[in-house]
Amino acid sequence: MAYSKKVIDKFEKTLKEPEKNSVGRWDPSEDDIGTGMVGAPACGDVMRLQIKCEAKDNTHVIKDVKFKTYGCGSAIASSSELVDMLKGKTLEEAKNIKNVEIAEALDLPPIKIHCSVLAEDSIKQAVEDYETKI
Amino acid sequence: MKLPIYLDYASTTPVDPRVVAKMQECLSLEGNYGNPASRSHEFGWKAEESVEEARANVASLVNCDHREIVWTSGATESDNLAIKGAARFYRKKGNHVITSKLEHKAVLDSCRQLEREGFEVTYLDPDAKGIIKPEELIKNIKDETILVSLMHVNNEIGVINDIAALGEITRENGIVFHVDAAQSTGKVPIDLTNLKVDLMSFSAHKTYGPKGVGALFVRRKPRVRLEAMIHGGGHERGMRSGTLPTHQIVGMGEAFKLAEEEMSADNARISALREKFWLGLKDIEEVHLNGHEEKRVAGFLNVSFNFIEGESLIMALKDIAVSSGSACTSASLEPSYVLRALGLKDELAHSSIRFALGRFTTEQEVDYTINLVKDSVTKLRELSPLWDMYQDGIDLDKVEWVQH
Repeated sequence: MAYSKKVIDKFEKTLKEPEKNSVGRWDPSEDDIGTGMVGAPACGDVMRLQIKCEAKDNTHVIKDVKFKTYGCGSAIASSSELVDMLKGKTLEEAKNIKNVEIAEALDLPPIKIHCSVLAEDSIKQAVEDYETKI
Repeated sequence: MKLPIYLDYASTTPVDPRVVAKMQECLSLEGNYGNPASRSHEFGWKAEESVEEARANVASLVNCDHREIVWTSGATESDNLAIKGAARFYRKKGNHVITSKLEHKAVLDSCRQLEREGFEVTYLDPDAKGIIKPEELIKNIKDETILVSLMHVNNEIGVINDIAALGEITRENGIVFHVDAAQSTGKVPIDLTNLKVDLMSFSAHKTYGPKGVGALFVRRKPRVRLEAMIHGGGHERGMRSGTLPTHQIVGMGEAFKLAEEEMSADNARISALREKFWLGLKDIEEVHLNGHEEKRVAGFLNVSFNFIEGESLIMALKDIAVSSGSACTSASLEPSYVLRALGLKDELAHSSIRFALGRFTTEQEVDYTINLVKDSVTKLRELSPLWDMYQDGIDLDKVEWVQH
């Protein structure tokens, strides 16, 4: 299967400059960190997404994001794409991100749509985790 | 050194330039373009002569009688003809067929078709190294068993089965033995005069010949009968009708002749490169060699890089042409059934890469690939949450994963 140019670009950028592209991790027990981990090694993809939030009045805003992904090129590109979408968003806005937005941004072929679904699941989980700490 | 580097010789091989030269003689206006079945003029006679010379070359490589070689369109057709042809012909004797879980799809899907026709098929398990044990075959033979189909060399892991020992068992029990040898010609010596094999499939394009042509060995003594699948002019003694593609056949003949002449030199050179390659990779942490360490053909190296998904590694190795057992590279989203049949965990199957070296692989290419693999594995592990967990000492088998 040939990959879309967008997937390849995103994948290569992430691989080449991981730190610049938000690859990393924080201590999940910190109060301002929400962690979501979805997928399974047996299925071939696992995403761990972490959000660092800041409370202003009553809204919580995502200040920074870190992730690590085990998976195919499309899975890695999907998580990297999601990270770009998340910075500066409120929790509510983050929860409303749909997998189709990621799939469209990357021109994912139908067989790779599950990668974007996984990315959507990871942000939902990360927000839930953070909300238990508020 | 030219990029990209081709390390997918198990998938197909480039046509040797010497083979191309021979084939071209059949493709020009001045050349050998007659129909080998034309008996009334020189064009036909000349084409027939070339076809028979090629047949003799193929027969010579595997040490059989040239009359035992039937031309087909490739190993897939040969497998189909052998399995469905023999099972249907001998149906009155019994309806049980034995094969294995790591056969090529051409064999497995032919067996599935037989199941639809009312045959019963047993799929043998290999051992953890990919070998079909003779005991395993003996255990599964029944009174109704009429056909056993097992591969010589596996196309994903390169492991060699002991077809001499397996053939002794089938012959003793009066069972037809078919062997898919698509991956073994030019890599392992084959002596059909002494092997108790009744049917053997060959492919040209895995042995530096052209795509679209293959052959089936059909033993004459003791004679094996087949029900034909393709009917027409009665070519190939009625077993496979259709005008013979002279240029393709000449190509296969030349490729097999070269294979016979160069097998030992090729094997020595390619094995040395493979050893060098493995030495360069084996010290990477959590690297696993799949399949038997010794009982394997020269060019194959199937390796799992734990905590990295195979397709992402292929993407990172973008100047290297290889294939993976990862689900993501298959249309079915299932990881390699061959690696699973060895009992490999799914995640290791997802993490596997097949490197297959061949006649035109150079030392420089191997050195380049080693460095690129090492670098890419390090980078992808930096990206892998599983690698983090492994480093933290977490047992991944005990984690409750959110399956999707």
